[in-house]
Amino acid sequence: MASEAIKGAKVLMVGAGGIGCELLKTLALSGFRDIHIIDMDTIEVSNLNRQFLFRQSHVGQSKAKVARDAVLKFRPHINIKPYHANVKDPEFNVDFFKQFNVVLNGLDNLDARRHVNRLCLAADVPLVESGTTGFLGQVTVHVKGKTECYECQPKPAPKTYPVCTITSTPSKFVHCIVWAKDLLFAKLFGDKNQDNDLNVRSSDAASSSENVEDVFVRRNDEDIEQYGRKIFDHVFGYNIELALSNEETWKNRNRPKPIYSKDILSDELAQPNGNVDKKCAFDDEFSVSAMASLGMKNPQDIWSLKENSRIFLEALRLFFTHRGKDVGNLTFDKDDQLAVEFVTAAANIRAASFGIPPYSLFEAKGIAGNIVHAVATTNAVIAGLIVIETIKVLQNDIKSYRMTYCLEHPSRKMLLMPVEPFEPNKSCYVCSETPLSLEINTKRAKLKDFVEKIVKAKLGMNLPLIMNSSNLLYEAGDVEDDMVAIYSANLEKVLAELPSPVTGGTMLTVEDMQQEFVCNVNIKHREEFDEEKEPDSMVLSGWTQHVSAPENKDKPAANNGASTSGASVPAAESDEISIVSPTKKRKLTDVPNAPGNETRNHQDELQVIDDEDDLVMLEGNMEGFKKRKLS
Amino acid sequence: MDGDGEELTAQETALYDRQIRVWGADAQRRLSKAHVLVYGMKGTIAEFCKNIVLAGVGSLTLIDDRIASEEAFSSNFLIPPDENVYGGKTLAQLCCDSLKDFNPMVRVSVQKGDLSSFDVEFFNNFDVVVVSSCSLPAKKLANEKCRKISKRVAFYTVDCRDSCGEIFVDLQDYKYSKKKLEETIECHLRYPSFEEALSVPWKELPRKTSKLYFAMRVIEKFEEAEGRSAGEVSVADLPGVLKLKKELCAEQSLNESHVPDTLLERLVTSTLEFPPVCAIIGGILGQEVIKAISGKGDPLKNFFFFDAFDGKGIIENISNSNA
Repeated sequence: MASEAIKGAKVLMVGAGGIGCELLKTLALSGFRDIHIIDMDTIEVSNLNRQFLFRQSHVGQSKAKVARDAVLKFRPHINIKPYHANVKDPEFNVDFFKQFNVVLNGLDNLDARRHVNRLCLAADVPLVESGTTGFLGQVTVHVKGKTECYECQPKPAPKTYPVCTITSTPSKFVHCIVWAKDLLFAKLFGDKNQDNDLNVRSSDAASSSENVEDVFVRRNDEDIEQYGRKIFDHVFGYNIELALSNEETWKNRNRPKPIYSKDILSDELAQPNGNVDKKCAFDDEFSVSAMASLGMKNPQDIWSLKENSRIFLEALRLFFTHRGKDVGNLTFDKDDQLAVEFVTAAANIRAASFGIPPYSLFEAKGIAGNIVHAVATTNAVIAGLIVIETIKVLQNDIKSYRMTYCLEHPSRKMLLMPVEPFEPNKSCYVCSETPLSLEINTKRAKLKDFVEKIVKAKLGMNLPLIMNSSNLLYEAGDVEDDMVAIYSANLEKVLAELPSPVTGGTMLTVEDMQQEFVCNVNIKHREEFDEEKEPDSMVLSGWTQHVSAPENKDKPAANNGASTSGASVPAAESDEISIVSPTKKRKLTDVPNAPGNETRNHQDELQVIDDEDDLVMLEGNMEGFKKRKLS
Repeated sequence: MDGDGEELTAQETALYDRQIRVWGADAQRRLSKAHVLVYGMKGTIAEFCKNIVLAGVGSLTLIDDRIASEEAFSSNFLIPPDENVYGGKTLAQLCCDSLKDFNPMVRVSVQKGDLSSFDVEFFNNFDVVVVSSCSLPAKKLANEKCRKISKRVAFYTVDCRDSCGEIFVDLQDYKYSKKKLEETIECHLRYPSFEEALSVPWKELPRKTSKLYFAMRVIEKFEEAEGRSAGEVSVADLPGVLKLKKELCAEQSLNESHVPDTLLERLVTSTLEFPPVCAIIGGILGQEVIKAISGKGDPLKNFFFFDAFDGKGIIENISNSNA
């Protein structure tokens, strides 16, 4: 009986945000009595348009706790246990997960989703995954051994851009945003000790880099207005002229135009102290704003080059005069109004230089802050679908599990489209223990390169352990004192020179204890790599390829992650794209199950077929799990 | 209050940031000027109200004079289950108190009275009318009154039983524009009234038309014939309902397999709403109303059905001009 299954169920929710609030409410109304909920975030104003369990007075408080309190108001006798914590914390280990009948994700980033996926596999607990962006949403069910795990299918990786595109040849507004945010803003207001590619040029510069560095450092007595104009002229004028001097770059591209402040703001530079009202007062440091100072009210306006230049200089000035103590340790924060103003203006000026149309502050903020557009209704629909799947899972009603897609435009009359889950991907390295292969120069690459770029970045492990047969090469996290120095030393060693040498033919075992996830990596030695196509000098195969944008060829520079407005693929809160469109084509292979062939034997389009029994089915791989007809 | 200025206030921009990124500032402004009337405060309508209050409509008026009972808050999260709080109050009053909390910028109020007692002038106060827990005659009457008003009043009905839900949409003569690639396309939809839609002969509808449509019509007719209020059926009525189904199918020359007995049985047995379906239907309905007010996005025409048994959310176009 469904109600019996519900009453006795112990459910874990991960995430108390947009989906989480709707889900907690619906679970409670549906009769669930024992719910645990993990969320590390606190409540912000921009949450309140959809996370309806929260009020203005709750801003700053823990989402998990406030959500619990709100639901207890209409279901006072159920048990809800909130955890104001990161789901990646060690306390949420496999034993923790094992106590639940089902896990429900309402997350906003790929990293956490992969982590939870592995823990659910290790604990053998079913996982119901979900995601929404604007009007789109989906719910998917993952049961070990019976369906695909969350990582069986490729998920789009965060969008990255080549360094040279950002520093020298931007062609889209987002390139200008990344430049303004990760290079210029970081250089002026961030940690001075960080590497910064701001002055990377395509040709060899004659002038020594020390002279160039001086430009960005403001001398103690330097007049702030003068400093501002100096920076302006350097990055929008001088640097552009320098770039233009390299003919090669511009053979097949439109030449940018250098922009100097005296040309744009000629009339205003006559007054040494600028305009009279520049001394306007602000309530506190949080309300410091160049827009307010200049009397510009509407964040949806598109500013002229002149206005952008004024904002640029005023924002820069205000950082030094009103937030001087922040200068030198700031990172860009989308909720920092002044930072958003500065980045918008800087990006727009650069865009003007390169003939790219400008954007409003509102739009620029969305791009720079990777903001996910979101509404309450989609989250409510998805929450309803999650609970329906959860009840099926609790009753072990395998045949009825569905992946459901919430569409913006109907497909075959359907706004909500259910599809049967796939069987597990036999070459998924996460749930089917297929070994991976890594081509690497074992005489040049260091262990730390392997750990950072492969184990953590690609394989998604947090606290890895690396072994060469029975020899422990490295272990992250809590380590005995006498081992700390050894592991640190190992990281700096070249692979072939490790105490237990790693050469061609070595099989490394990589493990994350918390995720209880083990992976074997066959090492293949290779001398040369293509600098352009293989900038990391490492090639991992047998690993489900991530679908990446065409720009992601060269060495990744900045990781902006967001899509520009109007793009067909939406970006999620933290660089990730959470929706997999049901009509997305997948890679076809000619030779099914060929060795090293990580793609699957699928038809390249999902076809939705209405058979007599009105069951929505997939054409394609028909063995085993999926059936043609309802029995 | 609605701003007299054309621009959104700083408070609105901050609060509505994420949704403005979905539908734009212009649409948000139109929402803030819209007046919505809602009848029948059960679970699905509670969900719908939550959604449009969060979206930031100008005002929301609730009608439901039924006194709160235990059954009422089984699917309605707006009603606190404390008799000291709910005792003696009407459903509309209780929901109003809770809804105000979700968004102080929306005016939420209660209107007493029976739906049939309101005249055309009353409906003229609103841009959107949503009715539920409503008998067939009352639905038709409300729909007709809305259609008599010169300014267009968008009309919706919603009905959830067991784990199924139905939405009906009447936007009368609806013109809107949308962008396709670089062009702006002008669209024009003509909606039938509820009565007109129901008068489409069943055998003229496409073969695959949702079975839930027919099932709902049978039960609607049964309730009307027996003088019941909406939802006032039980499993004891099943024989009568099945008999009526046979008669209607014969009348309409429709093969009985289009109206499965098992489906009818589900719908008369559990008349309580199923919370996940309330969330789904309330969400879809919320989205439709937002589209109609903002004039942005293709509105659904003209029925939407959901059945948790197969998990499909289907749009059916039931009108005379239908192919």
